[in-house]
Amino acid sequence: MSTNINAEAITNLSHQEAHTEGHVHRDDYGSKLGMWLFLFTELLLFGGLFVLYMAYRHDYFPMFQLGAKELKIYMGGLNTLVLLTSSLTMVLSITALQRKSIKGSIFWLLTTIFFAFGFLIIKFLEWSEKYHHGLFPKAENLLNQPEGVKVFFGLYYTMTGLHGIHVIIGILILSYMVIRILNGKVTPDKFVPLENAGLYWHLVDLIWIFLFPLFYLLH
Amino acid sequence: MIDSQKDDGRIAHAHSPTYGVNIMVWLTLVSLTVITIAIAGLNLGTFTLAVALLIAAIKSYYVVSYFMHIKFEDKLFKICLIFVLCIVLVVMVLTAFDVFYR
Repeated sequence: MSTNINAEAITNLSHQEAHTEGHVHRDDYGSKLGMWLFLFTELLLFGGLFVLYMAYRHDYFPMFQLGAKELKIYMGGLNTLVLLTSSLTMVLSITALQRKSIKGSIFWLLTTIFFAFGFLIIKFLEWSEKYHHGLFPKAENLLNQPEGVKVFFGLYYTMTGLHGIHVIIGILILSYMVIRILNGKVTPDKFVPLENAGLYWHLVDLIWIFLFPLFYLLH
Repeated sequence: MIDSQKDDGRIAHAHSPTYGVNIMVWLTLVSLTVITIAIAGLNLGTFTLAVALLIAAIKSYYVVSYFMHIKFEDKLFKICLIFVLCIVLVVMVLTAFDVFYR
């Protein structure tokens, strides 16, 4: 039952395994570790943008506050709740599958996808409101603003945009998981693909946890 | 069928927290979000950012530990995660020294 093994044991095993007939050819440990390694690259990608944010915030703090006044806290707050809840339903989907409830797992997975679309819709409403106020890249109104406000909105669109792309990719991955479960490729005995998809989804939530206070809560 | 005696720990077995634990974690995260928004309304001056980041860090801890399951994973996962977080922190601190004391 123990998953407590070290790397050396794994390499030894793979040699042995080749000679063991009828053995399950699967490495859940390695698959999960691989997913985490990918998540680390994502962390560094967003980490770089947060470093940029830090430097510009230091240089243009008063104008960052001015720019943040244009963002609606309740919209950002609502999106935070939507993402947090979607993270919960994601976990419930994995737990349901592990407890051999295929229906439950698919139900919670679809709920997660529903919340993901909810996030995108709220984001769309926010962005279109910005658009009507002439607060988008290259807009004349924005070009006439002080340098710091331009930088603020540049960072806002880059970082929430990149995050939004992750939400869209997340929807694709989660939908693919629904198909895999329906096809019987992801089962209560083989749930690690769903766990990995979940890890991706939680990363999206994790990044938003930092984006929200840094862009919306600048009084 | 998977024989748990033969798989040598390479096949993952379910050891997830219960539905209840996950819902408690979610409630904690929601409360922390409400607290962040409430605190942002107060005027804490220079501490505003520090408090917001502290709460964000606590929320991340809960997401990573429970939702992302790291609490129940092998030691190697935790070591890798701490290593990467240290890299990000080093980059941030070094950049901060340059930007803030220029």
